[in-house]
Amino acid sequence: MAKYNVNLKINNIPITVEEGTTVLEAARKLNFRIPTLCQHPDLCVAGNCRVCVVEQKGAKTLVASCAMPVSEGMEIFTNSEKVRTARKHIIELLLSEHNTECTSCYKNGKCELQSLANEYLVNEKDFIKLVYDKKYTIDDFSPSIIKDDSKCIRCQRCVRTCTSMQYVSALAVAYKGEHQKISTFFEKPMNSVVCTNCGQCVNRCPTGALVEKNYIDQVWDAINDPEVHVVCQTAPAVRVGLGEDLGLTPGNRVTGKMVAALKRLGFDSVLDTDFTADLTILEEGTELLTRLKKALVEKDETIALPMMTSCSPGWIKFIEHKFSNLLPNLSTCKSPQQMFGALAKTFYAQKKGWRADKVVSVSIMPCTAKKYEANRPEMRDSGFKDVDYVLTTRELAMMIRQAGINFDELPEEKYDSIMGTSSGAAVIFGATGGVMEAALRTAYEIVTGREVPFKNLDIIPVRGLEGIKETTIKLENCKPEWGFLEGAELKCAIAHGLANANKLITAVANGTVSYHFIEIMACPGGCLGGGGQPIPTNEEIRRKRMEAIYEEDANMPIRKSHENPEVLQLYEEFLGTPNSHKAHELLHTHYTKRKRY
Amino acid sequence: MEKNRISKVDLIFENDGTLVNTVLDKVKKMNPDDIIMEMIDSGLKGRGGAGFPTGLKWKFTKAENSYDKYVVCNADEGEPGTFKDREILDRVPEKVFTGMAVAGYAIGARKGYMYLRAEYNFLLKGLIKKVEEFNKLLKDKGFDFNIEIRSGAGAYICGEESALFESIEGKRGEPRNKPPYPTVAGLFNKPTSINNVETLVYATVIMKYGAEKFKEMGTKDSRGSKVFSISGDTPNAGIYELELGMTVAAFVDEFGDGDTKAVQVGGASGICVPRKKFNDMIIGYEGVPTGGSMMLFNSSRSMYNVLKDYLEFFAEESCGQCTPCRVGCQQLLRGIEAVKKGEKDPSYLETLKKLAQTMKISAKCGLGQSVANPFISIVDNFREEIIY
Repeated sequence: MAKYNVNLKINNIPITVEEGTTVLEAARKLNFRIPTLCQHPDLCVAGNCRVCVVEQKGAKTLVASCAMPVSEGMEIFTNSEKVRTARKHIIELLLSEHNTECTSCYKNGKCELQSLANEYLVNEKDFIKLVYDKKYTIDDFSPSIIKDDSKCIRCQRCVRTCTSMQYVSALAVAYKGEHQKISTFFEKPMNSVVCTNCGQCVNRCPTGALVEKNYIDQVWDAINDPEVHVVCQTAPAVRVGLGEDLGLTPGNRVTGKMVAALKRLGFDSVLDTDFTADLTILEEGTELLTRLKKALVEKDETIALPMMTSCSPGWIKFIEHKFSNLLPNLSTCKSPQQMFGALAKTFYAQKKGWRADKVVSVSIMPCTAKKYEANRPEMRDSGFKDVDYVLTTRELAMMIRQAGINFDELPEEKYDSIMGTSSGAAVIFGATGGVMEAALRTAYEIVTGREVPFKNLDIIPVRGLEGIKETTIKLENCKPEWGFLEGAELKCAIAHGLANANKLITAVANGTVSYHFIEIMACPGGCLGGGGQPIPTNEEIRRKRMEAIYEEDANMPIRKSHENPEVLQLYEEFLGTPNSHKAHELLHTHYTKRKRY
Repeated sequence: MEKNRISKVDLIFENDGTLVNTVLDKVKKMNPDDIIMEMIDSGLKGRGGAGFPTGLKWKFTKAENSYDKYVVCNADEGEPGTFKDREILDRVPEKVFTGMAVAGYAIGARKGYMYLRAEYNFLLKGLIKKVEEFNKLLKDKGFDFNIEIRSGAGAYICGEESALFESIEGKRGEPRNKPPYPTVAGLFNKPTSINNVETLVYATVIMKYGAEKFKEMGTKDSRGSKVFSISGDTPNAGIYELELGMTVAAFVDEFGDGDTKAVQVGGASGICVPRKKFNDMIIGYEGVPTGGSMMLFNSSRSMYNVLKDYLEFFAEESCGQCTPCRVGCQQLLRGIEAVKKGEKDPSYLETLKKLAQTMKISAKCGLGQSVANPFISIVDNFREEIIY
């Protein structure tokens, strides 16, 4: 349907915009900045903080510009006396029920309320401080997320994220009036509800009410301990996000500088999760082909298909809660982080001649759910906790700042070896569709002996930020041992963001669609939009990070996981073959059925 | 209408066994546009308190192009001091249902919901039985319309129309952003005409007697009569149907105890009229509008306590969604307490009045916007009682 143009005036300046545009959007087009708190580009309109109120000529009340559509002849004033007074009042009201111990707040300097307070020169003494009279709880039971109600401004960004974007609904609005709060089911702690630890709420919280649980001090302690060897791994998406927290614009690839910074921080070995991403492809690709063989040749009806990826711990917790009958469909492969952890304290320690109990394994992740994953009781196959501490991209940036490192000036350095070499197929794990693309590059070649039939190995149909993607790859002229797949069409689907995952998996569960292989990432855009990545986030930023990831891939000398020489060396020296007994012991896992609430 | 005396009316509770059949048969023969014209002509304004012209609301809803439309009867009578809808639902529910059917026929809706206040659940069983009979009657008479009753859960905010829709839809009762207005996107996002219980009975009455008879009563801006819930320091507490347009003075003459110092018109969210203004204030849209609640206070009452009570109520019953209402109500309450205790200087009342003004223009819905009504009128007129 064609959209009409609407003419209006903002601060006496005429503008023509499409119908359906909000007053806020129209004002931004004229470069009038209207402050917002509850509004977020990824979320539906709420209109509840009221900070964005503006004056509309002829209207009895002010209007919330984020929720008000433009109309013909409208005259708006964004900075009248009335507006400024109301806005200042509203900010002061928010501060009156906000714990303003800013200097000790994790979000100090990055808090949207703090910067508004600063901008409007609010007088905190005007109103009575309400925050101390209330019994606020600080929920730090979760290994990933700390929820501090005393800092919550009830903008409900987290609730909209958790319900609409992630379809998890661990967070909801409870009670009313002065008792209204953001809560969980029966106010249970965050570690005993359906929370997937995805951290998308953390990415969108304007204040310090929802933050990641940080392990910065523990990691400093380990680094400073002369007795232990601190081994760190860096996830694919960190290298395209870290720069944003250190003064660079989104989309900067900072792999070499990041490695240099980690070495300067004092990590004993700076290694790459991308190495185990390549390893994952060999394990998971083999698992898929084995499942297909058992199902198609041996007609084994117990084989669960489609097989679903298992790299995203937020997704794992989601399926454990909501589709526990589909757990057999999950690949038994651990995520690259956990594969790395298990190898760091076995293979790598042996190589270095270190005692496993003297190795501290730290991972740098774009993810808060990884903190939870590292704490899962089954993740101790090395005989110790496989990954000791998980830091988010943001925490690493903070450590780099604490160490006084001028990030932008660093030289580019290389990862240590072994377990530091990786392929382009590994780095694209950081983007939605990347695991699928990496798996197809390898599986297709194993089965047919030829490279995937896409120019430069770029499997374009699986790329991009569309919520659910699908593709079919026809297997022709297979090698003799894979003859049973001759002419078969490998049907694949990809979803990112748990609401999309829910949609896709519901269709699978209902039998309305059928696939062989499904990739799911819990976060929008995949890991590059993870809950541990720099704040703010929006689609444009995620797109830039995605472009950087594919650039990184295109620039790698090796583009296929099965050609990673270090991975091949690992099999030769330690694991034997993919899916071998030893590989199963260290690199595979099992899942737990969880309650739906 | 003579302003200086009250005039009692008997339309709402009028005993007329044939009314339902008469009105339904009459309406069935009418063109929906003519029904709407009749309603517009009558000048009937919503009796819930906001006073939107009923005929216009129906006209806007009818004008929307949608297969599904709804009529909703707002029976979430929660305003402190109001109890007239309870009486109407108890005594003449069939007149309410008839009004809903008339509205449904006029706007082209096939479904009606009555949203009943949780505290009125004692009426629910009887109402369900009666609505079943009524639905059958509608079917027999060839109306493609039926009514379902939904029970609230005890939140004051669910009397706000869009929060009420959310509640019927099974969600948390929180007001929506407007626009879109209910006539465009209301219940289940479909065009909806939402009317108060009493409004719907008047629609039935107007269909029986015609707009002319209704229009004869009241004033230019406040046509017809209205049911009042009268409480407080009065020897004659109860429900009265009175012609609109009388002054507060005339009202107090009839219902006061001889010592009335203030009348709270329109419930907790209404305006407090002090004795010195009794003669100037007309009860109606040209003066002090009301959803029917009239609370009389004599000189034994502390207006500080009255205001504190109201603010406690609002601090509790705000949905908590928007900042001005959630925090503003608490600040006003704590503020007057602090002034009373001497923790804040009396001049702090000016700060609070400015805050109340901000709430009035920046809160998301009528609840937060109307807290300024009692606050400013009581603080202005009874300042000494607040401070000392």
